[in-house]
Amino acid sequence: MIDTATALLMAAVLAGTPLLLGALGEILTEKSGNLNLGVEGMMFMGAIAGLIGSYSYEQALTAAGFEPSGAISALVALIVSFLAGAFGALIYAFLTITLRANQNVTGLILTIFGTGFGNFFGEYFGLKAGGYVTVSSVTKAAFSPIHFPLLSDIPVLGKLLFQYNWMVYFAVAVALVMFWFFRKSRFGLNLRAVGEDPAAADAAGISVARYRYLATVIGGGICGIGGMYMSMVTTSGVWVHGCVTGYGWLAVALVIFATWSPLRGVLVAVIFGGLMIMRMYITIPGLPAQIYDMVPYLATILVLIITSVRQSKEHAMPAGCGLNYFREDR
Amino acid sequence: MSAVKTKREPLLRMVKRDDLAPRRAWAFRGIAFVAALITGGLLIAVLGHNPLLVYKDMIVGSWGSPTVIKETVKLAIPLLICALGLALAFKMKFWNIGGEGQVIVGAIAAGYFGFFMADFLTRPMLIAVMFIAGVLAGGIYGLIPAFFKARWNTNETLFTLMLNYVALAVIKYLMNGPWKAPGSSFPKMPMLVPGGRLTTILGVHWGWILALILIVVAWFYFNRTKQGYELAVVGESENTARYVGINVRRVIMRTMFLSGALCGLVGFLQFAGADYTITEGIAGGVGFTAITVAWLAKMNPFGMLVVSVFIAMLERGSNTIQTIYKIPASASSLLIGIILFFMLGCEFFITYRLVWRGKGVADAEDTNPSVGASVEATGDPPVEKGDSAVRDSAARGGVAS
Repeated sequence: MIDTATALLMAAVLAGTPLLLGALGEILTEKSGNLNLGVEGMMFMGAIAGLIGSYSYEQALTAAGFEPSGAISALVALIVSFLAGAFGALIYAFLTITLRANQNVTGLILTIFGTGFGNFFGEYFGLKAGGYVTVSSVTKAAFSPIHFPLLSDIPVLGKLLFQYNWMVYFAVAVALVMFWFFRKSRFGLNLRAVGEDPAAADAAGISVARYRYLATVIGGGICGIGGMYMSMVTTSGVWVHGCVTGYGWLAVALVIFATWSPLRGVLVAVIFGGLMIMRMYITIPGLPAQIYDMVPYLATILVLIITSVRQSKEHAMPAGCGLNYFREDR
Repeated sequence: MSAVKTKREPLLRMVKRDDLAPRRAWAFRGIAFVAALITGGLLIAVLGHNPLLVYKDMIVGSWGSPTVIKETVKLAIPLLICALGLALAFKMKFWNIGGEGQVIVGAIAAGYFGFFMADFLTRPMLIAVMFIAGVLAGGIYGLIPAFFKARWNTNETLFTLMLNYVALAVIKYLMNGPWKAPGSSFPKMPMLVPGGRLTTILGVHWGWILALILIVVAWFYFNRTKQGYELAVVGESENTARYVGINVRRVIMRTMFLSGALCGLVGFLQFAGADYTITEGIAGGVGFTAITVAWLAKMNPFGMLVVSVFIAMLERGSNTIQTIYKIPASASSLLIGIILFFMLGCEFFITYRLVWRGKGVADAEDTNPSVGASVEATGDPPVEKGDSAVRDSAARGGVAS
C-alpha cells in the first residue's frame, strides 16, 4: 500500500513537472496582463530546440574527437530551449504590445506556429539523422534521477523527495523565486500593478510596454524549458511526433487551478500529474480509465465556475489580463 | 538649449488613420501576404530547395487534378462551416475556442444513430436524424459555457477549451468500451453502414453545397436581421446593449447555441460524409484552424470562403511536397503560422500610420491634417470617434470582461 502510494506520488511529480514549468511561465506572463494562449506552441519550440541543441553539441564534440559532457549537454539544452520559447514569446509580444494585435488570436496562432515548428524540425532532423533524432547515453544520464548521498537513502522520505532528475528541483526553485519576486521585490510589485491596472501603473511612471515585454519573453522561455522536459525526460531524448500535444493547454488550465500563485502551482502540478497517471496505479472497479483523463479538465472548469461565482478578487485572473493597453484610451 | 529639459520627440510615432480606402487596405494585406510567402520561401531555401518550385508543386498538388481538387474541397468544408459558427460567437466577443469539442460531440451524437439505429430507419430518415442530432448536440455543448458566462461571467476562453478535452476523453472511452467495433483487436469504432453515408455531388459529399448556402445565410443573419444586430451590439458594449433593452443573457446563450450547432453540423458531415467512422482525429484541429479562418476573413462570410479554401490548399499541398521533396508535412502549420503572423501584424499598419521624427503630418495623403496635428500636440486620441473607432475596437478585441 505504502509502496503504491510512493510510486504514485513519484510518478505524479515526474508527470507534473513539465506542467509546472509551463504554468509558471504563463503565470509570469499573465501577471503582466498578457494572456498568452501560445503556451503549447512555445513548449513545442523549446522541446525541439533543446533536443537539437544537445544533439548538435554531442555531434560537434564527437566529430572533433572529444568526449561530450553530460552536464554541458544539459546546460545547452536548458539555454537553447529557453531561447526558443523566448523567441516565440517575442513574436507574441511584438504583435500584441507594439502592433496591438488581439491577444487571443495571436496566442492561438503562436500555438499553430509552434506546433508546426516542433514537428517540422523534429521530422526534418530525424530524416537527416537517418530515422530519428536521439541523444547519446551521456546526455540521457544527465537527465536521469540523481542519487544524493545519504539523503536518498532515507526510507520513504528519501524516495519521495531526493530521487528525481535535476529539472524537478529546477522547477520548484523557479516557483520559489517567482513567489519571492511577486511578493517582495520592487519589480515584481510593479509587474503586478501593470497586470492589474496598466493605466494606474503608467501614471505612476512604470513603463507598461517594457514590463510586459520582459515578463512575456521570460515567461515564454520558462515555457520552453517545460517543453524541453518533455523531449529530454518524458521521451528520454528521442523526438516523438506531437510529444507536447495537450500539455501546453493543461499548463494554461493549471494557472487557473493555481489561482495565479506560483507556490500553489507546485501543489496543483503534483495533483494534475497524479490525475494523469493515476489510471496506471489505481483502478476503481466500474470506472473506465478514459474517464480519469477528464478529471483534470473537469476540475479546472469547476475552479473557473467557483471563482467566478464567488467573484473573489484575490484568486482571480489579473484584471488587466487579456486586454492590450492603449495610453490614448485612458 | 534652455535649462528646462524638454522630452525629445520619439524617433517614430504612430498616428491613427482616419480611414483607409478598402482598396488600399487590401493592398496592405496583399503586401503582408507576399512578405509571409517570402519568409516561408527563405526557410525552404535554407533547407536546400527552390522555393518557387516548392510553391508551384503545392499548387499543383492541391489543384492539379480532379482527385486532388476533391481532396482540397473536402478539407475546406469543415473549416468553412466551423469558421461561420465561430464567427457568430466572435462577433459577440465571446471567445469560443471550443469548436473542436463541439465538432466531436456533434459527431458522437450523429454516430449514436448511425451505429445503432441504422436498421430501424429509412435512409432519408436516418440521415435527417443524424443531422439533427449532430446539430443539437453541438449547440447544447456550446450552451454550457454560454450559460455560465451569461450568469456569472465565467471565463469562456478557458471553459470552452477544457470542454474540448472532455469531449476527446468521451471518444476514447466509447472507442475502448461500449462502441468498440465487434471483433476488432484494437480500439476503434465500426464503420457507418453505406446507407447512412452522404451522397456525393460532383465527387464530394453534399456538405459543400450546404456550406455555400450557409455563407449566404450567415451574411444575411449578420447584416440584415435583428438577431445579428443584437449580437454585434452585445459584442461592442454590453452596457449599451442593456441600455437599449437587449436581453444580453438571452443573446449570449442563443448565439452560442447557434455557434455550437454549426460546429456540431461539421461533426455530422465529417462522420457521415468523409470519415464514415469516429476516431480521436475526427475534428483534427479544425476547431482551432477555423478560429484563424474567421479572424483572417474579418468575420466576413464570403471572405471565409476564400481563406478556408486557401488553408485547405496549404494543407493539401504540404502532403504533396512531403512526397516530392521530403519536406515534412508539418510545414503547412509552420507556413500557416507565418502567414497569420504577418496578416495580424499588417492590421496595425492599416489602422495606424508611422510618422518619423521631424516629419509633419500634413504631407500624408490619407489623414486629416487637423486631427493629426492635435495628436502631435497633445498625445490625445483623435477627436473623431466615428466608424474608425468602432472598427478599431473590433480589431483589438480582447477577452470580453
